[in-house]
Amino acid sequence: MDTRVDIHPASTAKISVRDLNFFYGSFHALKKINLDLPENKVTAFIGPSGCGKSTLLRTFNRMFELYPEQRAEGEILLDGQNILNRKLDVSLIRAKVGMVFQKPTPFPMSIYDNIAFGVKLFETLPRVEMDERVEWALKKAALWNEVKDKLHQSGSGLSGGQQQRLCIARGIAIKPEVLLLDEPCSALDPISTGKIEELIHELKTDYTVLIVTHNMQQAARCSDYTAYMYLGDLIEFGPTAEVFTKPRHKDTEDYITGRFG
Amino acid sequence: MSRASQAFTQAQQSGRLAMHQRRKRINVVALTLALSAMAFGVFWLLWILVETVRQGFGGLTLSVFTQMTPPPQAETGGLANALFGSLYMVLLATLVGTPIGVMAGVYLAEYGQKTWLGSATRFINDILLSAPSIVIGLFIYAAIVARLKTFSGFAGVLALALIVIPVVIRTTENMLSLIPNALREAAYALGTPKWKVISSITLRAARAGVVTGVLLAVARISGETAPLLFTALSNQFWTSDLREPMASLPVTIFKFAMSPYENWQKLAWAGVFLITLGVLALNIAARVFLREKR
Repeated sequence: MDTRVDIHPASTAKISVRDLNFFYGSFHALKKINLDLPENKVTAFIGPSGCGKSTLLRTFNRMFELYPEQRAEGEILLDGQNILNRKLDVSLIRAKVGMVFQKPTPFPMSIYDNIAFGVKLFETLPRVEMDERVEWALKKAALWNEVKDKLHQSGSGLSGGQQQRLCIARGIAIKPEVLLLDEPCSALDPISTGKIEELIHELKTDYTVLIVTHNMQQAARCSDYTAYMYLGDLIEFGPTAEVFTKPRHKDTEDYITGRFG
Repeated sequence: MSRASQAFTQAQQSGRLAMHQRRKRINVVALTLALSAMAFGVFWLLWILVETVRQGFGGLTLSVFTQMTPPPQAETGGLANALFGSLYMVLLATLVGTPIGVMAGVYLAEYGQKTWLGSATRFINDILLSAPSIVIGLFIYAAIVARLKTFSGFAGVLALALIVIPVVIRTTENMLSLIPNALREAAYALGTPKWKVISSITLRAARAGVVTGVLLAVARISGETAPLLFTALSNQFWTSDLREPMASLPVTIFKFAMSPYENWQKLAWAGVFLITLGVLALNIAARVFLREKR
């Protein structure tokens, strides 16, 4: 099945996936994926549960390495460098590729320290610059106005939507180039979801954003490109408008129109 | 329409009512049994507390805290050396046992969950956890006291630490495994090295539970008599020298309560009252601490 799609000529590929296979023990979860993800765009991964979209996302920062029974074969090129190369320091990859998870995961510390924690791993900043960085990240995540008076209170006291934006701020504070969002709104109410979607839209000017979502409208609303996956295969990839209006594969159309999934 | 879906007959109705009545009767019986079991337990507990307060509170004077344990039938005397010995040995045993216990618990929860070494350690720790404290006392007696040919506060500290360690290992491991994996992944996703994930994120998130475990371990060793009988023994005089035998509250109570001398018996009750009060305070502190973190 030819799934290679020429990306828009105006943008270059930030991440190129080449012949990627992924295994949970002996289960073959991703089958020979080839994909070019354009820089400074939002790409949405859609497909029914178990299709491998989260699995694919977790290869981009080598998250799967935490679990010894999981392994990836093939190449994932980030700016031309194969990040699956074991000799590459995984911390440095994760500094470039940030991730936000399904459930908000504030660290057990103050709002300020939640942001500063990641920064301190890679930089030693004087107090004033750290203050500036924290403010910058919180503004970028559209959370500053809500928390500026309680920076030294615990992060777990915030609402779910605020916690999720805190996690996004924490991710961008270390100045990554790619942001991975794994169903970032599935635990949130519609208003918080709206705020995160707006945020995603703004983030793409600086970052390459990859988002896994179960919500078709969300994919249509906030992504530039969409990848449809099914049972470990990449079925279709292209500009979101095309994938949603005139999909080239019958499977994609059936899924998008809700005939199955 | 089938018969089954039609309205209940008179017989079915009264059958249901009879079953309902039977359930109610069984409920009353079960509830009575449960309540009387509870009353049985609480009755003895309250009796112990009332007796402790009645006998102990009267003997509680300032001299209990300022004077040494007296000879039989003396006019004055207190528990100062025993109180100090207990606090000193419990403190040292906690300081020795807590880091070892926390580190071993971290190993079990974060590194060795599925390894052979991890399961073996967990199994041995469970045995140690339920070992009678007199066995631990005798072990230290054979290993240290018999060899050095002297009872010592040092041996007492070791015996108490051996009781602290398995309790702290168990609570640390349990509390760490309650931390959701999502939190670990989020920390790793920032590029955090493993040691930092554990020290700054997971241990921190589990802090309240770990501290509670330590407090409960302290409460447990505060009242232990058997491991001290064979190790620190006792001392009539004030000492902070760990090479000498050292007095402790439980051993002093044991000795004084069994004696025929009235002044000793009175002091034993005062000691019982103090230990009960201390353990109660520790348990309350543990509960408050755990609740505040929630």
